[in-house]
Amino acid sequence: MSMTQHAEPAVTTPPASGPNKTDGRTSERPLALRLLARPEVGVFLGAAAVYVFFLIAAPPVRDGSSMSTILYQSSTIGIMALPVALLMIGGEFDLSSGVAVLTSALTASMLSYQLTMNVWVGVIAALVVSLAVGFFNGWMVVKTGLPSFLVTLGTFLILQGANLAVTKLVTTNVATDDISDMAGFDQAKKIFASSFDIGGVQVKITVFYWLVFAAIATWVLLRTKYGNWIFAVGGNKDSSRAVGVPVTFTKISLFMLVGLGAWFVGMHQLFTFNTVQSGEGVGQELIYIAAAVIGGCLLTGGYGSAIGPVFGAFMFGMVNQGIVFAGWNPDWFKAFLGVMLLGAVLINLWVRQSATRR
Amino acid sequence: MTTTNGTGTHGAVLPESDAAPATDAPIVELRGAGKSYGNIRALHGVDLQVHPGRVTCVLGDNGAGKSTLIKIISGLHQHTEGDFLVDGTPVRFSTPREALDKGIATVYQDLAVVPLMPVWRNFFLGSEMTRGPWPVRRLDIERMKKTADEELRNMGIVLDDLEQPIGTLSGGQRQCVAIARAVYFGARVLILDEPTAALGVKQSGVVLKYIAAARDRGLGVIFITHNPHHAYMVGDHFSVLRLGTMELSADRSEVSLDELTNHMAGGTELAALKHELAQVRGVDVEELPEEKDLTAPVATTGEGKS
Repeated sequence: MSMTQHAEPAVTTPPASGPNKTDGRTSERPLALRLLARPEVGVFLGAAAVYVFFLIAAPPVRDGSSMSTILYQSSTIGIMALPVALLMIGGEFDLSSGVAVLTSALTASMLSYQLTMNVWVGVIAALVVSLAVGFFNGWMVVKTGLPSFLVTLGTFLILQGANLAVTKLVTTNVATDDISDMAGFDQAKKIFASSFDIGGVQVKITVFYWLVFAAIATWVLLRTKYGNWIFAVGGNKDSSRAVGVPVTFTKISLFMLVGLGAWFVGMHQLFTFNTVQSGEGVGQELIYIAAAVIGGCLLTGGYGSAIGPVFGAFMFGMVNQGIVFAGWNPDWFKAFLGVMLLGAVLINLWVRQSATRR
Repeated sequence: MTTTNGTGTHGAVLPESDAAPATDAPIVELRGAGKSYGNIRALHGVDLQVHPGRVTCVLGDNGAGKSTLIKIISGLHQHTEGDFLVDGTPVRFSTPREALDKGIATVYQDLAVVPLMPVWRNFFLGSEMTRGPWPVRRLDIERMKKTADEELRNMGIVLDDLEQPIGTLSGGQRQCVAIARAVYFGARVLILDEPTAALGVKQSGVVLKYIAAARDRGLGVIFITHNPHHAYMVGDHFSVLRLGTMELSADRSEVSLDELTNHMAGGTELAALKHELAQVRGVDVEELPEEKDLTAPVATTGEGKS
């Protein structure tokens, strides 16, 4: 019994030869695929989906003032998510960013109240403290080579404890005293916490700051030497050092940039509420990090954008307020958040694999 | 000093091949240099000279001290004994930047590239071109892309898309980009750390071609390898490291490929073992050299290994 094989050869077309104009080894990828590989496109689609979902599910969202509230909520997260995202692209992250906001606000409030000075003295002092905390984080990470997780976890605990203890020591209370009648308060409030009237809708000033900062961050990241260095130190620290990138300067300055963001948001909180609750801020650092990750930044560094976290923060604000407007139990917020985070991480993974595929 | 073009082993020659005046003054010189990490002596009594327009090959097995040697020259580590001279002046680099400023560029084994960044950004990383006054000083992206493309084409590398992450290039392509980068940024001395170690036969050939091209541009090249065949194709001077000391230091005229291979393979020790091995059935010792065949000068600073 002969076992001759009669199977016809499969389709015999030769392997497709690429265009020979260049070196012919790569073919142009479809536009849609190239667009999807951008770090901010995934989150943009996600944000749009969440927005449309709540437009349908929660009719009050369609109102202009509701949108203003959503944008305000997004901006307070978004302003901090920007430096946190840059730091993440630079290969580090900062767990102390949430309580650092409170540290800044407490410093400004207590210093100017206790010494009965112009609030601007407190504001400047808070800036110095915030930058110093950032510098300490960065310096410790660079000099010891310890993971930034450990170093900033330490800072987080130190600041959390110090916030409560020092406030109780100074004011014998967990909150600071009202500073709304002090010299310079109105001026500072105008800068950090005023609102604008746009077409009959009150829009908080932080929304503008948020968008302006995001535009500056994008420009710096993509169009300047410093931006190039951020990608480089996050992508491969040793290689960057070997070709002459100032790794120490880049990393420390990124941590200080987070300090700057914490100062700004801290001042906004202080001049919005007039007093500061010293126990707040815990857990916010994870929200900022999540907004950056949802925004397409790689937790391991070297990849991401500044626009992505804007959409990431918007998604947070949208879900947070949308649940309220839809009349649902707000407890669902965190569950939503977890789902969004996991989805974003999966998209990131896919992007990284397709971006580095041979 | 005669350049070794007459030997016929150098395949690729750039048009400006005659623009490589080989002078007697070494750019980089090590005199009895060594390095200890705590109580571990990684390198001891190494003499090395790098002349413009010549390829100095440093050979050695794993752990022989090759990496330590280049780390000293490239500024990542400091030597703990002996002298390190650049242009006849003793130096001690504390950062790679200082070595770069002296014109000493290193192409590391991992190539010092950032895989997720585009080719052109990698090419200019650390030495970016900018335009505009300070507050709005920005990257001159057009000029950088154009320059990177030109420089790569000069070295014979044609890439479809300079925007693609450098991690998507093949090993040989990445190596060539790294060499082209070093040459462009005015390197006078190019240190190549095992550039052919992870490459296939054809890609290795391409990289060797660029080494020859860099040499013919007048650069002094330090070519670290553990492949004597690759070394002998482009080398003018050969130094064999063994357990942290110099076992052999010889010009091309003083050593044959066979001798070089034997030194690399354990050389004198193997020869001594020949008779012992002959007792073992199935071990072919006919090809191994006798001790007397190893005529190449043995570096005098060695610890007397043979």
